[in-house]
Amino acid sequence: MIPELGNFFLIMAFINAILLGTLPFYGAQTNHKGLIQFAHKASTSIFLLMLASFVCLTISFIQNDFSVAYVANHSNTQLPIYYRISAVWGSHEGSLLLWVLILAGWIFAVSKFSKSLPDTMIARVLGVMGLIAVGFVSFTLFTSNPFERALPFIPIDGADLNPLLQDFGLIVHPPMLYMGYVGFSVVFAFAIAGLLQGELDYKWAKWSRPWTTVAWIFMTLGIALGSWWAYYELGWGGWWFWDPVENASFLPWLAGTALIHSLAATEKRAAFKSWTVLLAILTFSLSLLGTFLVRSGVLTSVHAFANDPVRGKFILMFLAIVVGASLILYAIQSSKVRSKSDYTLVSREIALLFNNALLAVSTFVVLLGTLHPLIVEAFTDGKSSVGPPYFNLMFSVFFIPILLLMPLGQQISWKKDDLPALLKKYVWWFLSCIFLGLLLTFGLNGFTFTDIEPMAILGTILGLWVIAGTVKYIQLQSAKSQSRLAGVRKISRSYWGMILAHIGVAVTTLGVVLTSYYSIEKDIRIEIGETVEVEGLSVHFKDFKNIQGPNYIASKAIFDVTKDDDFIAQLKPEKRRYNASQMVMTEAAIDPGLFRDVYIAMGEPLDNSAWAIRVYYKPFVRWIWLGAIFMALGGILAMTDKRYREKKLKKKASQEANTNGQ
Amino acid sequence: MANKKVIITSIPIVIFTALVVVFWFSLGNDPTELPSQRIGKEVPEFRLSNLHNAEEFFTNQDLPKKPFLLNVWATWCVSCHVEHPYLVKFANQYPIPIIGLNYKDERVDALKYLQKGGDPYLFSIADEDGTMGIDLGVYGAPETFLVDGNGVIHHRYVGVIDNRVWNTIILPKMKELDPNLEQLEAAE
Repeated sequence: MIPELGNFFLIMAFINAILLGTLPFYGAQTNHKGLIQFAHKASTSIFLLMLASFVCLTISFIQNDFSVAYVANHSNTQLPIYYRISAVWGSHEGSLLLWVLILAGWIFAVSKFSKSLPDTMIARVLGVMGLIAVGFVSFTLFTSNPFERALPFIPIDGADLNPLLQDFGLIVHPPMLYMGYVGFSVVFAFAIAGLLQGELDYKWAKWSRPWTTVAWIFMTLGIALGSWWAYYELGWGGWWFWDPVENASFLPWLAGTALIHSLAATEKRAAFKSWTVLLAILTFSLSLLGTFLVRSGVLTSVHAFANDPVRGKFILMFLAIVVGASLILYAIQSSKVRSKSDYTLVSREIALLFNNALLAVSTFVVLLGTLHPLIVEAFTDGKSSVGPPYFNLMFSVFFIPILLLMPLGQQISWKKDDLPALLKKYVWWFLSCIFLGLLLTFGLNGFTFTDIEPMAILGTILGLWVIAGTVKYIQLQSAKSQSRLAGVRKISRSYWGMILAHIGVAVTTLGVVLTSYYSIEKDIRIEIGETVEVEGLSVHFKDFKNIQGPNYIASKAIFDVTKDDDFIAQLKPEKRRYNASQMVMTEAAIDPGLFRDVYIAMGEPLDNSAWAIRVYYKPFVRWIWLGAIFMALGGILAMTDKRYREKKLKKKASQEANTNGQ
Repeated sequence: MANKKVIITSIPIVIFTALVVVFWFSLGNDPTELPSQRIGKEVPEFRLSNLHNAEEFFTNQDLPKKPFLLNVWATWCVSCHVEHPYLVKFANQYPIPIIGLNYKDERVDALKYLQKGGDPYLFSIADEDGTMGIDLGVYGAPETFLVDGNGVIHHRYVGVIDNRVWNTIILPKMKELDPNLEQLEAAE
């Protein structure tokens, strides 16, 4: 009964989405108040219906209703309750339902928090989002319905959730990521509504900025969580693989980052209007493209869902319609838009243009690498794909200038600035960074000149340079006021956001570079009671036992790690065999630290109670994710800037005045 | 001037259209269908023990002299459990021999499993270390190879064989290999 209810709610949401995707446009065209109002009502009901539908699927999982095929394939009676709930989005159908729920949530939020916008604009924005919902709800209903029953042969027990996904990281990673993916639909809807409205002035940029930032924050955290999960769960110490599905999330992030910057130029200086609109369309298109790549099975990936050409065709049609229509609309309408260009060659506008060009090219090279297998296959008979070396090289080539220019870009003024004077302020800072970077990498290299890694040195210098440049920025800004403290206080919250996010980029860069070049990885054979030296660390195999988990049995080893007789950590890696699927999983044990991780993963049992184990020493690896947290915090600061709050306060005040007056 | 601008703003839609075309044609292609090195070649040389009797060995000479299926399976493979009843059914209904390759498995578990679920195989080869699996290029179970009477591999199917796969892929291809099978009807 409950699955049927869930299906019913989903169908009702579908009908609502069709109405939301059509009537408000007509209402906006004819200025029909009732139809415009309807957009808000439909938004609320879509959200509530999707929530109800999602709850129904969750209940089916909690109750172990194996008559539902999706539940039977991805759950098991032995599965702990929290994983039974997270199993809801553990595979294609359920995660699609979560996707639609989140989309409905964004629709609801836009309808609730955009009361200050012109009626016709908001009606069109909600209408565009309604159309997107039509696409995704029908995709769920017609090709990937999670409520389908497995009748008449009901399995006695389920096939279990993939053990890789039985993990905290996976409970939070997909919802975060989807919040980001789908969140970019808001700025997309604003862009399309603006094009339809024929009004692409700075207001459009102003309205969509906080929405874009929120989506970007979620995306940043989602990607970081995925990387962190891969690091500790996959058991081989990697944190980024340039896997097609990782790229699918990285592409909209890169485009979204460019968008955040160009929106600033459009809002403040009415510059790059046409480009910003295109970027808004592209960012969401890349989100959709990601969905297509992940769910159609055209590319192989560790994440890919079961491939089904019907699903692939459906989502490709949807992609073609949404993106195609948007780009045609863009081609027609944006040629009418005129941007201001009252800036000179040395100005913040140009700095932002550089930023956008570099981010756009980075996006493009990642896209090209990801689609490479498809393109090759389309023109030749061969199968081929490009590996991490391509991505690492191409991405670095375009990211180095971004880092190099970042400190200057944040300081340079709008319209016109004096480049020699600007450079002069920074020259000593830059030289100090070179010195510090050389010193740091020299130290990490064990104070020798052998095996010097030029890229490691360059990356370290650039990371330090961004941090130093940001400090210099604060110094320069605060010098404008009478006292330093007053000056620092004067820096607005959105600028603090920028500062923090840029420091985040530097921190992540340092983490990536240092851990890539200075990690130590050793495979060793070790017996109980034995002590093995690994690059200055003593690993002592203290004990070994078999343990019984809720739905698995495991071999657990206990290692004491010491360095120069100082106790560092006790690590307890496990090797688990899951009962239902009989899959063997490695649970790595990690001793985390701000400056290094010690990481042990169990390999295979050898003879005489000996085991093959793998020991990693990873300096600065935490900084990769720490930087992402900084970026996200920066985003939060930026979107909670006074400018946005003031408007709300004012509105509240005026509303109160109104109600008092009545 | 305005025309020129339209041309520029039309660039994205042109690029996008080209991409969609590429995607459309890649949809039918299954990326997991790796061009097997083995297609068109003979079953690799092997000498492996009989699953039912560790003392007895099979080699290429023991393979049937008419077209047959070589099914790679294991008890640890969940999808194989799904596939198994279908194989038992097909083995009973069709005159097509199925050879089992028990892949990286425990002999005792495998025998227990066959006793319980039925044995669809003409004979079963025990590939305990997975050496033959490597030679065949197996990368997951279940996998099924379609082999002709001369021991040449013609096709490989990755995944569970159920009624649909049997009727649309396996049976038509087997009919091509063996004209004697022409009269056989689809499974229900």
